[in-house]
Amino acid sequence: MEDNHMEEHDQKLETEVAPALIAVHPNQKFISVSIGSDLRLFNLQDGSGVTLLDENGGHKDSIRSIRYSKSGQLFASAGDDKLVKIWDTNSWRCIYSVVSEKRVTSLAISCDEMFVCFADKFGVVYVVDVRDYNNENRALVNTKGVPLLSHYCSIITRLEFSPDGKYIVTADRDFKIRVTLFPKEPLSGAHEIQSFCLGHTEFVSCLAFISSQDYPQGLLASGSGDSTVRLWDYASGSLLDTCDVGAKAGLLHSNQKQDEILPSVTDLCATSNGSRIAVAIQSLPGIMLLKCNLSSNTLSVIKVVSITAETFIPTSIGASSSVPLLWMVMGASSLQSNNFALLARVRVVSGFSDNSSVTVEPEISVLDDKEIPRGEPLLQILQGKLSIGEEAFSTAAEAVKTSMRNLLIKKQYSAERREFRKRGRNDKKNQTPA
Amino acid sequence: MLEHESISNPTHSKTTGLPRKRFYRARAHSNPLSDSHFPVPIFPSQFDYSLHYPQFFPLPDRSDGSKKIEFADIGCGFGGLLISLSTLFPNTLMIGMELRDKVTEYVKERILALRASNPGQYENVSVVRTNSMKYIPNYFEKGQLTKMFFLFPDPHFKEKNHRRRVISPHLLDEYAYVLRVGGIIYTITDVEELGVWMKSCLDGHPLFEAISQEVLEADPVVKLLSTATEEGQKVARNGGQTFQAVYRRIASSFSH
Repeated sequence: MEDNHMEEHDQKLETEVAPALIAVHPNQKFISVSIGSDLRLFNLQDGSGVTLLDENGGHKDSIRSIRYSKSGQLFASAGDDKLVKIWDTNSWRCIYSVVSEKRVTSLAISCDEMFVCFADKFGVVYVVDVRDYNNENRALVNTKGVPLLSHYCSIITRLEFSPDGKYIVTADRDFKIRVTLFPKEPLSGAHEIQSFCLGHTEFVSCLAFISSQDYPQGLLASGSGDSTVRLWDYASGSLLDTCDVGAKAGLLHSNQKQDEILPSVTDLCATSNGSRIAVAIQSLPGIMLLKCNLSSNTLSVIKVVSITAETFIPTSIGASSSVPLLWMVMGASSLQSNNFALLARVRVVSGFSDNSSVTVEPEISVLDDKEIPRGEPLLQILQGKLSIGEEAFSTAAEAVKTSMRNLLIKKQYSAERREFRKRGRNDKKNQTPA
Repeated sequence: MLEHESISNPTHSKTTGLPRKRFYRARAHSNPLSDSHFPVPIFPSQFDYSLHYPQFFPLPDRSDGSKKIEFADIGCGFGGLLISLSTLFPNTLMIGMELRDKVTEYVKERILALRASNPGQYENVSVVRTNSMKYIPNYFEKGQLTKMFFLFPDPHFKEKNHRRRVISPHLLDEYAYVLRVGGIIYTITDVEELGVWMKSCLDGHPLFEAISQEVLEADPVVKLLSTATEEGQKVARNGGQTFQAVYRRIASSFSH
């Protein structure tokens, strides 16, 4: 009984940890980093931090998703405080504050920038109509979302619109990816399911569309807790290729036990022409670079871009559509020790670009802090301080890993343990442990 | 999975060879929201037809994939409807889906006993323990089913628990996905409030339309809804009322 109690207590602390996130404006005008409830913005054009204007005083709890719209006109943020905030990137004023009934896990903005969708922890996706917004100076709109679709009581981990805006894609904890037609008038729901992409054997953690001028419809890539990246023809739901990134990065040992937890794929980022995909994996200091061949429908590993000087395991990655830089952040909210609170580390990889004309691989390297655009001022704003102690890294990596595992992996109990839990419920659960 | 036990099974009736319900009692309700601990196929083609329909699929390799399950009884309970449908549509593969493991076990034994005592019959019917509210797309492909049954589902009266109802606007999206155009969804309940709810969910869904009274009267399956299941017989014994809603899956008017 005491055992049981302890376990639940520990779990509560751990699940409260949220990874630091990064989002890059489509033309790299701005870089956004979120850590805990803190939203940090840097303007790369004038080289200064941006002050956000929010009548309601910003987020109150961990931010779980940040996104720019396709043109960069809108920015959205949401998380554990059950609020979705939609910002105008010209004024950086919060123009919509949307109240959700449950904690928000993911966000997406439709390609035409008329609707913002968000998913909650109970598997429901809501849509917010932002068509009535105009640039005129006007008051903050407090509103609610309208239910769009639902995964039955599963946590939705990622939301994404297809490049042509025709479909909305949802990934969940129950290994599923659902592709649904996004109607012209989504306020009455999205009822027509185009396909399910089934094949992952653990929770699906991230999605990325791979498209090019020759393949405007593109393909879908997904990363998962099963340590693979998979490539899908999303309109039919057929699996085209599977890349065992965990094994290829050398993170799996030959003596790996069957029931051991695999290093999860945490984030994916594709270049604008779709030929390169950066993959962030738990326990991998650096990123793995994949090549996607859109005509043969295959994925292959180009290389692992290692970060050697410090243990940098990115928790989130992003890139603009025009500049060949991959932005990475590592950090975690509310660690037990306050010393490391709200510190994030930002690193940048250069040469993250398509390679259609040249036969030689572009030079890929991890930039030193002073080589990063706007160097020190940027790091000062986004990281919280210029240099970050090594201890903060390992603590952050471990905390994010544990919280992700607790949240998304199903617990396996032995038959006896299950019986014990059954007996221990309702009448017994309020007793204090002896 | 469906290995046959010896005739002298103590949980089976000595005269009929059928399993006896008193050995398979279970709670009347099961929480569909809890995490499941039973195996679920990752995708539909992983579902092993040879285990469930050995006469149709003697080999484990289902490479032809020609014949697929067409009827699904969601929350099949003790399997009364399936047994009646089995002889009415002897060449159609059908499956019952049930969340309560003991009840699933009973249906499994019942089918095996019926197959043993009626050689060549009941080979087209099987049962699986699963949470159909969560895993429908893991079992069936797009447009695979022609009939889906929801007979006397758990009413979940409290508004807080309405999301546990097996017919809901969002779950209908998934049912519409696995049903082919022209396929039929059959629902029946003895709880008026739930009957009204199911009807309003179906009326409000763009991919379903109500079936006219004449068509319903000509459909032999409709009669089975209230007579074939254990729950239906119980309602009839007590002189209770039933409320049914039968709808057809229609093509979408969505234009791209």
